Amino acid sequence: MEIALTHYLVVAAILFTIGVFGIFLNRKNVIIILMSVELILLSVNLNFVAFSSFLGDLVGQVFAMLVLTVAAAETAIGLAILVVHFRNRGSIDVEDVNLMKG
Amino acid sequence: MAVAALFFYIFSALAIGSAVMVIAARNPVHSVLFLILAFFNGAGLFLLLGAEFLSMILVVVYVGAVAVLFLFVVMMLDIDFTALRQGMLQYLPVGMTIGLILLVELCMVLGTWVVSPEAVGLRASPAPALTDVTNTAALGHLIYTRYVYFFQAAGLILLVAMIGAIVLTLRHKPNVRRQSIAAQVARNPATAVEIRKVKPGQGI
Repeated sequence: MEIALTHYLVVAAILFTIGVFGIFLNRKNVIIILMSVELILLSVNLNFVAFSSFLGDLVGQVFAMLVLTVAAAETAIGLAILVVHFRNRGSIDVEDVNLMKG
Repeated sequence: MAVAALFFYIFSALAIGSAVMVIAARNPVHSVLFLILAFFNGAGLFLLLGAEFLSMILVVVYVGAVAVLFLFVVMMLDIDFTALRQGMLQYLPVGMTIGLILLVELCMVLGTWVVSPEAVGLRASPAPALTDVTNTAALGHLIYTRYVYFFQAAGLILLVAMIGAIVLTLRHKPNVRRQSIAAQVARNPATAVEIRKVKPGQGI
């Protein structure tokens, strides 16, 4: 029983779908939304590495590493914004984020 | 090969199961812990694919840094999570619909798709055989030569993210007395000492 490229792509597709579903399901909780974005980026990385491995091209792994870097930076900035917003409003409800509304 | 297949199914089942628990868990702390489990299993899948360096990086960066950051934020902010879960069922149908559509689309793409025969000739940097050089060494050769600018750009992104996070969260409390080194250094006897004549029998 050989594990083919398609097996990995299906796992990545399911993880991606779970991430998108998580964003819709937890519309109010920013922390869970950020975690869902992390799941989506993990599935993208899995795609990159699977293609890299099965085609024998290392550039996919280089790109996956860059995606990892950007994901870490995005999480740090996102959580910093979340902390500042919580200090200002006392809540992390996304529906409260309408300070800019006229 | 049967062992590799078995581990593939174990890792992917655990990754998908814990991903579901990330978005479904009632307690956000449990969500973060399940996220850690999902990343561990993702690292296992990377290991099966032969990307050892990325697998270890995933464990170090995500479990060691990002997940701990999430845990800190979840535990330090005093958030009423029960209120945030209100209206979750309201979004369930539309989320389910969009998720199903997305999954069906992805599966249709995967079902009809094949690797082009010319793809092997178009590889930018073919991976050397694992008997010659390890994955980590091959990746190092690549990112420090041909992709060195991308590597520097990644470092720059991290620097900007670090400065941004510090600038966003740093705040000066008004009622805290801080050490002012400039004022201390600028002191001289004329400003530091005051001489008064005190008459006998009286206070100052």
